[in-house]
Amino acid sequence: MTLSVTVKHRFSGFDLDVGFDAPAGVTALFGRSGSGKTTVVQTIAGLLRPTAGQVTVNGKTLFDSATGVWVPPAKRRIGYVFQEGRLFPHLSVHQNLRYGAWFAKRRQGAASFNHVVDLLGIAPLLERRPAALSGGEKQRVAIGRALLSAPDLLLMDEPLAALDEARKLEILPYLERLRDETAIPMIYVSHTVAEIARLATTIVVLNDGKLLRSGPASEVLGDPAIPFPLGVRRAGALLTAQVVAHHDDGLSELAIGAGRLYLPLINAAAGTRIRVRIAAQDVVLATRKPDHISALNILKGRVAEVREGDGPGVMVSVDVDGQTVLARITRRSRDALGLRVEMTCYAITKSVAIARDDIGISGV
Amino acid sequence: MDWLSPQEWDAVALSLRVSLWATLCSLPFGIFIAYALSRWQFWGKQALNGLVHLPLILPPVVTGYLLLLSFGTQAPLGGFLQDFGIVFAFRWTGAALAAAVMGFPLMVRAIRLSLDAVDPKLEQAAATLGASPLWIFVTVTLPLILPGVIVGTILGFAKAMGEFGATITFVSNIPGQTQTLPTAIYGFLQVPGGESSALRLVVISLIVALSALILSELLAARVARKVRGT
Repeated sequence: MTLSVTVKHRFSGFDLDVGFDAPAGVTALFGRSGSGKTTVVQTIAGLLRPTAGQVTVNGKTLFDSATGVWVPPAKRRIGYVFQEGRLFPHLSVHQNLRYGAWFAKRRQGAASFNHVVDLLGIAPLLERRPAALSGGEKQRVAIGRALLSAPDLLLMDEPLAALDEARKLEILPYLERLRDETAIPMIYVSHTVAEIARLATTIVVLNDGKLLRSGPASEVLGDPAIPFPLGVRRAGALLTAQVVAHHDDGLSELAIGAGRLYLPLINAAAGTRIRVRIAAQDVVLATRKPDHISALNILKGRVAEVREGDGPGVMVSVDVDGQTVLARITRRSRDALGLRVEMTCYAITKSVAIARDDIGISGV
Repeated sequence: MDWLSPQEWDAVALSLRVSLWATLCSLPFGIFIAYALSRWQFWGKQALNGLVHLPLILPPVVTGYLLLLSFGTQAPLGGFLQDFGIVFAFRWTGAALAAAVMGFPLMVRAIRLSLDAVDPKLEQAAATLGASPLWIFVTVTLPLILPGVIVGTILGFAKAMGEFGATITFVSNIPGQTQTLPTAIYGFLQVPGGESSALRLVVISLIVALSALILSELLAARVARKVRGT
């Protein structure tokens, strides 16, 4: 499946002009609030008709301002999970879930009801009304409702933004399962790096209505040049590692290339591939292998790029067996160490510095 | 029912029939106009809004006279309808038309208020789930505005039961033909010794009006609870 979209739209004091292709998997639309993300997904769904643009899914044109093609939203087969859930208050959870399925019943390949209910863990909620659900439960039902309409593409517009941290952590594993167990491609809108790092296979970065960058998740997150819309403090590269063992002292051991990572206990069997985002400002660099140090994660690598910013910091990208670790250090430290491209160096992180929501199951 | 004279009984029965028909026939139009006023932007929207509310502010006798001018047998519209066997002037159907026109603004207002309270985002969500505009209306919008529809219907019915000025102007006050409860009360008050008949009908009017109000409140609250799912 491929989605191809271009949107040109004028708001008061704001021009949106973006275009990108989304391959299979989860494509994250990332950017600050007001960068135009929601306009793009609403255009894809047909809820908004922009000044100009084009939307093509699997070679089928849904909207083309040049030829006047306009498929109404009900006929687009695009599932939409809204930030606020938007469950029908007068229907039970069961009826809400069946709503889209009923209109999709003539379609081939409607996901089976029981499978979706199991996948999202909503079986105990079926007889309730939306008013009696927590925020997290509502979102799971909303996701189920969209899935059961047998969509060709699933749009998720900040589905976790209205939830507190605990609820987010409750839902993220379900989204990972969704990504890994269904073949439905997703467009995931978010302004939270941690969510994107856990879910995205492709990242599209928007800034002030323009496309800033797009590419595979690890490439975009690991690029030291990306002046992330959220600032360097949120920068951090994405690593994929494999669970080796769980230890009694509350740590999980993961293999990454020839090295080892120790993370707070992960609920996943040995052999599972895990993706973990390591914030650039949590990484310490050393040019000699450190000894007598409390930090557990010491990865040997090679300096791939050193990029100076406006402030006192520099972003160093370190190549560790083909994967990238970003480290944000001061210019002073760079000069003291004499860091140069191609130098061997060690990237050091504390296990406890890695937040739980930065660790996820890897689908790829 | 020998505590009511045949003429009094006729008036009560006719009033119920007139009000029922007036309400049922105007309900689909009421919902449609309320929907148009709440959701659509179109040329002449303010004019339509004013036209719908006109009977609320015009003297009823003016409304009745305007109806007579448009639907009288000599009038172009009345004459046109007469060719199809539809006659309003000096018939109970005319009383129903007058009652419907007078109750219409109340009905539209109640329905429009509940429509304004429906989140269009829910309708958008239904569209993304594959529902066409008509299905969205039937499965989402209509259930959510049901409390308002009930209130509007009962208000319209109560207004129809009480309508006097437009009715007497448009279809006169013919016992057994066009004499409704209020016009019958008026008629009895005009003749010596008619006070006791008038009083009995006044009591019936009071009971009908009060029960309609209480019923609508109870029903609307109950349906609203069901719709909200609490």
